Amino acid sequence: MEITISHYLIVAAILFTLGVFGIFLNRKNVIIILMSIELILLAANINFIAFSTQLGDLVGQVFALLVLTVAAAEAAVGLAILVVFFRNRGSISVDEINLMKG
Amino acid sequence: MPLLALIFYVLAIVTIASAVMVVTSRNPVHAVLFLILTFFNATGLFLLMGAEFLAMILLIIYVGAIAVLFLFVVMMLNINLVMLRQGFTSYLPLGGLIIIVLLTELIMVIGLGDIDLNIAAKATSPIPYHVPNAEAIGRVIYTQYVLAFHAAGIILLVSMIGAIVLTLRQRTDVKRQSIDKQNLLLSEEVVELVEVTRSKGV
Repeated sequence: MEITISHYLIVAAILFTLGVFGIFLNRKNVIIILMSIELILLAANINFIAFSTQLGDLVGQVFALLVLTVAAAEAAVGLAILVVFFRNRGSISVDEINLMKG
Repeated sequence: MPLLALIFYVLAIVTIASAVMVVTSRNPVHAVLFLILTFFNATGLFLLMGAEFLAMILLIIYVGAIAVLFLFVVMMLNINLVMLRQGFTSYLPLGGLIIIVLLTELIMVIGLGDIDLNIAAKATSPIPYHVPNAEAIGRVIYTQYVLAFHAAGIILLVSMIGAIVLTLRQRTDVKRQSIDKQNLLLSEEVVELVEVTRSKGV
């Protein structure tokens, strides 16, 4: 049985939907939401590399590297915001992040 | 070839199972550990696809840096585990419905699309198969994509400064030593010589 690009794309699709599911499910916990975003970006990376291998083109791998960079930056800034929010409010629930609602 | 297929299936199943555990686990620490397992198996998938450099980068950045960052934040915040679980089941039907629809759509596009991928095979930077993957990426990233590489560096710098500025806290209720003020003091202003007479105070 040959492993084709479709197998990798289906794994990536399942990972992506699991990330979206995590955002839906964990409405009280911002940390899990950040982890779900990491899962979604991982799914994007798997797609990039699968197509890069399939088409014999290095651009996919270079762009996956940039996606990794942005994911790292996003995680760092997101967790910093989370720490500041917890310091001010004593909770990390999404429901309470409404200070700027007016 | 069946061995590679077997390795692929093991890696894919463990990746997906641990991703399920990330979004459903009760304890955030367990979620972080399952996230590490997910990325570890995704590294194996990258290796199978022939992207060795990115596999190692994923291992170093995610398992080495981001997962540890998550773990530190989870341990630093003293969060109430019971409160975090409220509303978990109330969002389950809607979320489940939406992801089933989304997954069906995605798999239909991938599986039933029957696209001929070779029509787009005019590669802008073809993979040189006679050199290692890391060298191949290095050859294009410092020449053809050097602007993108610099942009990535600037993004990392900005995010580092942003994280430091966000979490920096100037506390006003603590007495601190001010080196500048201390250096500006003159000895005549702070030291006073007094004559002490016997059996009298100063």
